Order: sequence, then C-alpha cells, then structure tokens
Amino acid sequence: MSGGHKAGGSKHGDPNKLGHGEVPADEQGPAPKRIVVAYGFWIFLLSDFIMFAGFFAAYAVLVGETAGGPAGRDVFELPLVAWETAFLLLSSFACGMAGIAAFARNVRWFQVAMAATALLGAAFLSLELYEFTHLIGEGAGPSRSAFLSAFFALVGCHGLHVTLGLIWLTTMMAQVWAKGFREDILRRIACFSLFWHALDIIWVALFTVVYLLGAGA
Amino acid sequence: MTESRDLDNVSDDTAPGEESERESIAGGIRGYAIGLGLAALLTVASFWAVQTNLIYGPGIPVALIALAVAQMGVHLVFFLHITTGPDNTNNTLALAFGVLIVALVLIGSIWIMAHLHHNLMPMGEMLMRQR
Repeated sequence: MSGGHKAGGSKHGDPNKLGHGEVPADEQGPAPKRIVVAYGFWIFLLSDFIMFAGFFAAYAVLVGETAGGPAGRDVFELPLVAWETAFLLLSSFACGMAGIAAFARNVRWFQVAMAATALLGAAFLSLELYEFTHLIGEGAGPSRSAFLSAFFALVGCHGLHVTLGLIWLTTMMAQVWAKGFREDILRRIACFSLFWHALDIIWVALFTVVYLLGAGA
Repeated sequence: MTESRDLDNVSDDTAPGEESERESIAGGIRGYAIGLGLAALLTVASFWAVQTNLIYGPGIPVALIALAVAQMGVHLVFFLHITTGPDNTNNTLALAFGVLIVALVLIGSIWIMAHLHHNLMPMGEMLMRQR
C-alpha cells in the first residue's frame, strides 16, 4: 500500500479495524460462528417483523368494521395496558442484565436476572390473558366483528411469541444450570435476548397503534 | 481458531445484539439503564399525550407515532445494539431492508384498501339491489 495509509491499523487511528489488523480482508476465513448465528437469527427476526406488518395492516384496514359491536374506545382499558407495558419493558431490561451476567460468566446473577425476566414476562402474559377472557366474557370475542378478529389475531400473535419466549427462557436457564457457559449455549443466549428485545419493540408499535390510537385519539 | 470474543481480531464485524466495544460490566449496565430511562420517558409521554387536553386533537396521532418510532429507535440502539458504526453495516442494512418491506406492506395495504372502500358501494345498499 502506498501513501499515508497505515498498514496494520493502530489502535487509535482505526478503532474498528477496517484495516483488518494484520490479516488482509481476502485472506480472512469465514466470520466466527457467533456472528453467523446471530446474523441468521437477526434475519429471522426481521422476517418476523414482516409477518407482524401483515397483521398490523389487517388490523388497520379492519379497525372500523365493528359490525355494530364495540369499538376500541369501548373495550380498551389503558391502565391495564400501562401495566403490561411496564412489565414488558422491565423484563427487557432484566434480559439485558442476564446478557451482561453471561458476558461476565457469572452463573448466579445470570439465573437471577433470567428468573426476573421470566416473572415479569409471565406478569405481562397473565394481564393479557385476563384482558382476553374479560373481553370474551363480555361477548366481545374474536367472532363478534372483523375489528375484534383482527385485534385478537394481532395481540394474540404477540402473546403467543411471548409464551414461546418464556419456554425458551426456562430452557436456557436449565441449559446454563446443567452445562454452564459453553460457546454454543452462549450463542443461544444471544439469540434469545435478541428475540426478547424484538418482542418489546413489537409491543411498542402495538400499544401505540392498537390501544392508544384506538382508545384516545 | 477459538470462538472467544477476545481473540476475534481477524473479524471486523459485530454480531446483532452484541456491543462493539464493551469496556466494563458497569459500562454495559449503564447503557441498558440509559435505554430503560429513555424508553420509560417516551412511554409515559405517549400515555400522557392521549389523556391530556394540551395537544391539538388531530395532532395526537402524529405525536403518538413519532413517540413510538423514537422509542423503537431507543430499543434498537440501547437494547439490541444496532448502531451506525462501520462494524454494524450488515446488521443495519438488513434492518433497512426489513423496514422497507414492512413499510410497503403497511402503506400498500392501507392505501389500496382505502381506495377499494371508497369505490365500493356500502354493504346495505348492495344487499338492497340484489333483491
């Protein structure tokens, strides 16, 4: 290389190692498995977002089709939604703490943080189940109108994701308990925390579009 | 080659969800705490915007959507560690493509269904004419 380009990339001039350290780009091997796995899972999550976009679009199209039944402002309880939001946000934070504990290879704090994540997620889920059974009991079940079908499909799909996440979470706790922080288990933990944080992102869109726009504005 | 984080000086990429340079555990916790604070602030602002009379009525949906987009950004940066750094290009580009498809699905559906809704006669009238 000619010119003032520093080969090898000093720490200060090239913090992200775009000069690729000592190894030129075309002589590097494939990316480490940790990156390949997390990137593949990231692609899956993006496709999951696209699936949710379909449910959101269906909801947006059908939100006015109440067939003489209740509209959003008649059935949504914002205090309940605020509690759900708080539980899921704190759960996401606890999941981040679990990731840091795994980074520090601290089993006890990992299990404590994962248990907190699970409890907060379960609290969210039980509030959602309460809301669903309450609505169905009032005769506002998914078969009442196109609006309620779209509502139950969208919110229920998110709730189903949270349920699957809780099962995955307990599985990860058991794996760390039985096998410790092996490389493959660390990769699974990374994927799980991506999944859990992504669910919180979908919930942000959900409480805004469904509950706040439906109840207030 | 081992797969440990410390030895990956041959790679210049960051896995999604991974912090590019985590100096210390305290620093990592601080990042999540900042994210939690910002997200809580934006959530409270959203719930406040619905109930207050201070905001001009038709402006409320716009405010809510702006707050939601901001909060999703906070989650992406502080929880998922998706940044604009050069080691994150792959993750960001994949996200950009996902956002494009999501926008196409949402805007396309709402747009075309609103047009259909506008052009079709109401259901009651259609049933009347079929008699």
